[in-house]
Amino acid sequence: MTTLDATSPNPSNTPVPPVDNYLTYTRGFLSWALTLDHKRIGLMYLVAVLGSFLVGGIFALLVRTELLTPGATIPGVDAEVYNQFFTLHGAIMVFLVIIPSIPAALGNFVLPIMLGAKDVAFPRLNLGSFYLWIIGAVLAVVSLAYGGFDTGWTFYTPYSTTTTTGGVIPVVTGVFILGFSSIFTGLNFVVTIHKLRPPGMTWFRMPLLLWALYATALIQVLATPVLGITLLMLIVERVFQIGLFDPAMGGDPVLFQHFFWFYSHPAVYIMILPAMGIISEIISVHAHRHIFGYRFIAFSSVAIAIFSFLVWGHHMFTSGQSPLMNVVFSLITFSVAIPSAIKVFNWMATLYRGSISINTPMLYGLGFIFLFTIGGLTGLHLGTLNTDIHLHDTYFVVAHFHYVMMGSALIAMIGGLHHWWPKMVGRMYNEKWGIIGFSLVFIGFNVTFFTQFMLGSHGMPRRYYNYQPEFQIYHVISTIGSYIMAAGFFWTLFYLLQSLFSGVKAPSNPWGGRSLEWQCTSPPPHDNFKTTPSVGDCYDFSVVKWDEEEGGYVVDRSEVDEERPDH
Amino acid sequence: MTSIQANPSDHADDQGHDDHGHGHDPNLAHHFESMEQQMDSGKLGMWLFLATEVLFFGGLFVAYAVLRARNPEVFSYASQYLDTIMGGINTCVLILSSLTMALAVRFAQQGRKGLLVLCLWLTMGGAVGFLVIKYFEYSHKIHDHLVWGGTFYEPVDESQKLLLETPEEALDTPLVTGPREANAAEARDIAMSQIVNRPEEAASSVKTAALGPAGLSAGPAAAEAAIEETESDGHSGAGHLADPEMPVGTHLFFGIYFCMTGLHGIHVVIGMGVIGWLIWRSQRGDFGPKYNTPVDLGGLYWHIVDLIWIFLFPLFYLIH
Repeated sequence: MTTLDATSPNPSNTPVPPVDNYLTYTRGFLSWALTLDHKRIGLMYLVAVLGSFLVGGIFALLVRTELLTPGATIPGVDAEVYNQFFTLHGAIMVFLVIIPSIPAALGNFVLPIMLGAKDVAFPRLNLGSFYLWIIGAVLAVVSLAYGGFDTGWTFYTPYSTTTTTGGVIPVVTGVFILGFSSIFTGLNFVVTIHKLRPPGMTWFRMPLLLWALYATALIQVLATPVLGITLLMLIVERVFQIGLFDPAMGGDPVLFQHFFWFYSHPAVYIMILPAMGIISEIISVHAHRHIFGYRFIAFSSVAIAIFSFLVWGHHMFTSGQSPLMNVVFSLITFSVAIPSAIKVFNWMATLYRGSISINTPMLYGLGFIFLFTIGGLTGLHLGTLNTDIHLHDTYFVVAHFHYVMMGSALIAMIGGLHHWWPKMVGRMYNEKWGIIGFSLVFIGFNVTFFTQFMLGSHGMPRRYYNYQPEFQIYHVISTIGSYIMAAGFFWTLFYLLQSLFSGVKAPSNPWGGRSLEWQCTSPPPHDNFKTTPSVGDCYDFSVVKWDEEEGGYVVDRSEVDEERPDH
Repeated sequence: MTSIQANPSDHADDQGHDDHGHGHDPNLAHHFESMEQQMDSGKLGMWLFLATEVLFFGGLFVAYAVLRARNPEVFSYASQYLDTIMGGINTCVLILSSLTMALAVRFAQQGRKGLLVLCLWLTMGGAVGFLVIKYFEYSHKIHDHLVWGGTFYEPVDESQKLLLETPEEALDTPLVTGPREANAAEARDIAMSQIVNRPEEAASSVKTAALGPAGLSAGPAAAEAAIEETESDGHSGAGHLADPEMPVGTHLFFGIYFCMTGLHGIHVVIGMGVIGWLIWRSQRGDFGPKYNTPVDLGGLYWHIVDLIWIFLFPLFYLIH
């Protein structure tokens, strides 16, 4: 079988002889179930994560629908059932979707190719990570058969250690196993980036997505074990009643919160850092402008990773911890905003005087900048002690974290999905439909969650089934927004799936990117590159030219100075 | 100009492998350029995994620190119930097993298969020895009800049952919450109240042979003798509940003791699996000067299992 090379012409849909790419290389269920190919593993993760997103989203719609009226709305849904809905929504979204999504689904696919490598450092460990995810997800489902769980995704003691709801131990075990999936993925990425870079690619010649994935991987490796031991303590406490978190036996329930948030705060940076990496790629490529402030963005990723370990107490301002601790955590929380802001300024500077293509990935990128700014700034409202007293445990918090987790991390993930979709599946999606999908999601998102800032600042507590009548109008608006958003997601799913069957065949480089993944075919061959490629400045778009025959962009090698690649 | 655009003639076979022009070391994985890169990657990966283990146990060390900071008298009192000699032997056993493991790595590097296998078996022997001693330690503790949580307050012998049958004033608030039976909670309430209030009747009903302040201050040997005495009388266990010196909250010490040594023990068992696998592969002749990374990495894992015990031992056994 011959390999389609980068210059072979196929601009239209004329039938071509079958070519060797990673999708067709081998066939059959076992060739996927036992694959060691990072691209196939990434694709399997993508399907799994998007499936979980659907399930978590349905729980969200149930929550929002129930909140249309105070008190009972959906027949059969009482407060106990409602508690299960928001708990499941949170647990699924945090542990099954957002934490794995960008590193495991997109990162697995793109990272080795961006390095010009054949695979990650430990392909079998990679497959192991995937199966650990599956086991964790299965346990979460199994927990429903045991009565589910209604503790909130945060599993606070003493309720989680004493509730008779039977699904707590299965789901906590599942999350424990998911933690190892995350740790091993992070470990794999750290080693791959350290050891598998090609000749010529120094740290500062890597694409910024790799810096972001590296910083994320550091957090995954260092923080997740603490979640592991916390959950283990929770299980032991439930089964053996040691007394760690039980005041009557000399323990302290707030100790659980310290342990839990010591992981869960860095976890939110696991969610956002890779998203920021995607934005660096999307903005620069689709504005055809060299990224502004490469080193600032690279260092800020690592700085965020380090700082993220020092701010966990800002989730506990009202827990009774000392005023001194409150002040220290508040101060460091303010400073962790700085590297994030540096990135936003650099992206804006990249856009300035760029040749901006208004396409779906760019729209998601622009949407990210807008929504992340709102989400990040409202984090400061919550990081300020005197306002947090009033806003803690209200819908203001809910709105804040949805702006950063969904409006930023998830939006970036979908933008990245569109950006690398042609590479992954070899087809272009319908651009017009993409813009429609983005519009529905963006508008729906803001209607849903901006309203919740108002709900929160007016005093509506979170996780409440019932509420005062004066809040109803806000809840109704928010719920309508959620339906618009859901429509946008279903629409996106539809046109992406449809592109698999009737999308235009994608060239190697549809967008004009300069990093290495755009120099292999779409989809890539089984082992990515035939020989280790050479490296240039991956944000120098001046050497990337549109080739009419190819139907895509090509790197004009005569213009690349191989001696001094970053001219 | 590099050949990203592949020419068909480059293909050596239809597997997509290109012809490197030299023989592959059969141990070299396809995605690595060289054995050195593969080895370096493996080592970095293992060190990162060890970092995760440190953070994993670190959580429990923090829990220990919090409990001990808040209950210092509990820790110095309860530590005396642990058998320092057995713990000390275990420490020596593990350190020796780390030595044999390091020797195994050395022999693997030198290609001396017989000695490699021998040292791996010795390491395995150390692991087994450790677990055997741990088994005896644990069974003594469980026998004496020196265990976690509410079980700590269950009566172990006649004198203690006597204690619990004479109900004193009930406490205002229940001491133990959670899904437990009312009877057990009540028994614990009574036991705890006995200790807190130290009624004279309870002290006088305690057998003098049971472990008490005199027995403790006489040293571990006397404590051991006291335990044996009570056991030979047909009654089980030490009368820790009857000891008026026992601080409230002593169950916390044993709770965290079993958590930490238990988790460590699980890691020893995992280590045995790793060593067993290495023995099997070594016996097969897989390792030599050119390739011995698994032995090296397995050794790293075993060393950290040893290191964790070296922290656990003084923190539990050597506090006074």
